[in-house]
Amino acid sequence: MIYREAGQFKTSYVTDAQIFPIAQDRIGIALMLLVAFVVIPRTATPYFFSAIMTPFLIYALATIGLNILTGYAGQLSLGTAAFMAVGAFASYNFMARIDGMPVLLAFILGGICAALVGIVFGLPSLRIRGFYLAASTLATQFFVVWCLTKVPWFTNNSASGVITAQQIEILGYRFDTPQSKYLLVLVIVTVMALMAKNLVRSTTGRAWMAIRDMDVAAEVIGFRIVHTKLTAFAISSFYCGVAGALYAYCYLGTVEPEAYNLDVSFRILFMVLIGGVGSILGSFLGAGFIVLIPIALSYLVHFTGLSNSVTSNLELMVFGALIIFFLIVEPHGLARLWQIGKEKLRLWPFPH
Amino acid sequence: MSTARRIGDVILKVDHISLSFGGVKALTDISFDVREHEIRAIIGPNGAGKSSMLNVINGVYTPQQGSITFRGRERRDMDTYEAAAHGIARTFQNIALFSGMSVLDNIMTGRNLKIKSNFLEQAIWFGRARREEIENRRVVEEIIDFLQLQHVRKTPVARLPYGIKKRVELARALAAEPSMLLLDEPMAGMNVEEKQDMCRFVLDTNDQFGTTIVLIEHDMGVVMDISDRVVVLDYGKKIGDGTPEQVRSDPEVIKAYLGAH
Ligand SMILES: Nc1ncnc2c1ncn2[C@@H]1O[C@H](COP(=O)(O)OP(=O)(O)OP(=O)(O)O)[C@@H](O)[C@H]1O
Ligand SMILES: [Mg+2]
Repeated sequence: MIYREAGQFKTSYVTDAQIFPIAQDRIGIALMLLVAFVVIPRTATPYFFSAIMTPFLIYALATIGLNILTGYAGQLSLGTAAFMAVGAFASYNFMARIDGMPVLLAFILGGICAALVGIVFGLPSLRIRGFYLAASTLATQFFVVWCLTKVPWFTNNSASGVITAQQIEILGYRFDTPQSKYLLVLVIVTVMALMAKNLVRSTTGRAWMAIRDMDVAAEVIGFRIVHTKLTAFAISSFYCGVAGALYAYCYLGTVEPEAYNLDVSFRILFMVLIGGVGSILGSFLGAGFIVLIPIALSYLVHFTGLSNSVTSNLELMVFGALIIFFLIVEPHGLARLWQIGKEKLRLWPFPH
Repeated sequence: MSTARRIGDVILKVDHISLSFGGVKALTDISFDVREHEIRAIIGPNGAGKSSMLNVINGVYTPQQGSITFRGRERRDMDTYEAAAHGIARTFQNIALFSGMSVLDNIMTGRNLKIKSNFLEQAIWFGRARREEIENRRVVEEIIDFLQLQHVRKTPVARLPYGIKKRVELARALAAEPSMLLLDEPMAGMNVEEKQDMCRFVLDTNDQFGTTIVLIEHDMGVVMDISDRVVVLDYGKKIGDGTPEQVRSDPEVIKAYLGAH
């Protein structure tokens, strides 16, 4: 009976309409934020920041982006990395071409550019769906990366196509240590995740789910299909765009088209599938899981004395097995397992 | 039954509607009207074109011929969004709930046209967005009480039994506070008790909110009991129109339809 709603009588729907209506959830979130904002910054090593926490948070943000589109609005996309690339390159160009462009504003503008590109490449969704839409987003993926590679203007005419990301400086403070970059990413991701949570529990989110579940009924109720689908593409791409900019500026340190290839798109799709389709919490779980697997495996290999080449193959096999497991056994992913766990705890120790 | 409410003027008129799918003529030259506050039934054998008629009224199907006059405005065909915005809500023959959402969220979707706040306000859950959400929740709670759905409020609709799903669909339609409600076989597949409940909800809706109701129903007992006027369709043609008593004694209707029952 650790996790119970009983006894927490909602005196009104006003309290029930809080972002986390159950007290244990609120405590859980508060604890997690405490760990993320206070404990980790004080205790972690630079390696832990730059190899685990920062990529984890950035992937989680991109996963939220894809989850908005695929999990909530039901539009399958294989072009996530392309929208990330647009965000990164747009941010880069805003900073490179406009003197004194604030970094955060550049990230936001990068996200907005990604949103615009998302709307354009979302147009086919008005006509096609499912497999065909996936194929068209795949085309987006290749087209965008190709454009960024072939049009020198985007890379500011750099010969190799690989650009060193500019210094991040906000209000005179330089974000140049792994720890400071982590904190910057953490703040952005926390704010955007809470906003995503608000979106999906309000009319915007209900519109997405409505067209996902039954588009004729959604239209009859008064949702505008075109508007709803394109908003999903725009907001999803905005999230991916900002994630892409953070990926370049806070993780890689470079801006390059190849960092946003199809592999990345697939990886984020796996995060959605493993974490939970249509769940913000699941986006974090999925991202954490997939960022941690290679690291866990490399430790395993290290301790068992297997050769290093085994690791990468093992990684692929474990990924494959997990995807198949979740697709078949638990399509709602880790988030659903977490939910089931909570329901068990709610009754524990009296199972009936 | 209809002593308390006063039936008003014609608010919906369909004229010479014809609709076909390829070679299949679903509707041929159908005309009838619906008066404000009345309960208007559409009956007819399977495949008669009843559902198609509702789909024409709220713009899901576009008829090849005819016109629709709603609240004094005549148009070639209705636009789905416009129909919703002008207060026409409906339920479907095959339940069309949003299966991945809870009962509460399903009903909340019915309020979407009342929302003024944009997605940015909703993302920060501030000011207008928050007020609207709370106000809509209040109205939805009233509907939940009205249709006695309190116990399943938070349940995902996919887990509900059939009869309750039909009720949730009615709740979603009512959430829009419609002036006209199109119900496609709201009692089909229900047991006697569920039918009685649904009948009462339909009558109460009509009575308390003055909602005009256009209803398709196969159960003759129910139709004769609750409707003010009845349209009879057969093979896409209108073969009868009038009060339940008139329709019941119409020889052509008896031959085509009632005789079979
Ligand atoms: N979307 C569609 N595409 C093709 N044919 C259709 C479509 N909708 C309806 N029809 C056809 O139009 C005719 C009338 O169908 P409709 O569903 O309106 O009948 P109904 O009176 O509602 O029947 P039931 O009592 O079985 O619900 C049928 O022959 C049906 O096959
Ligand atoms: Mg029908």
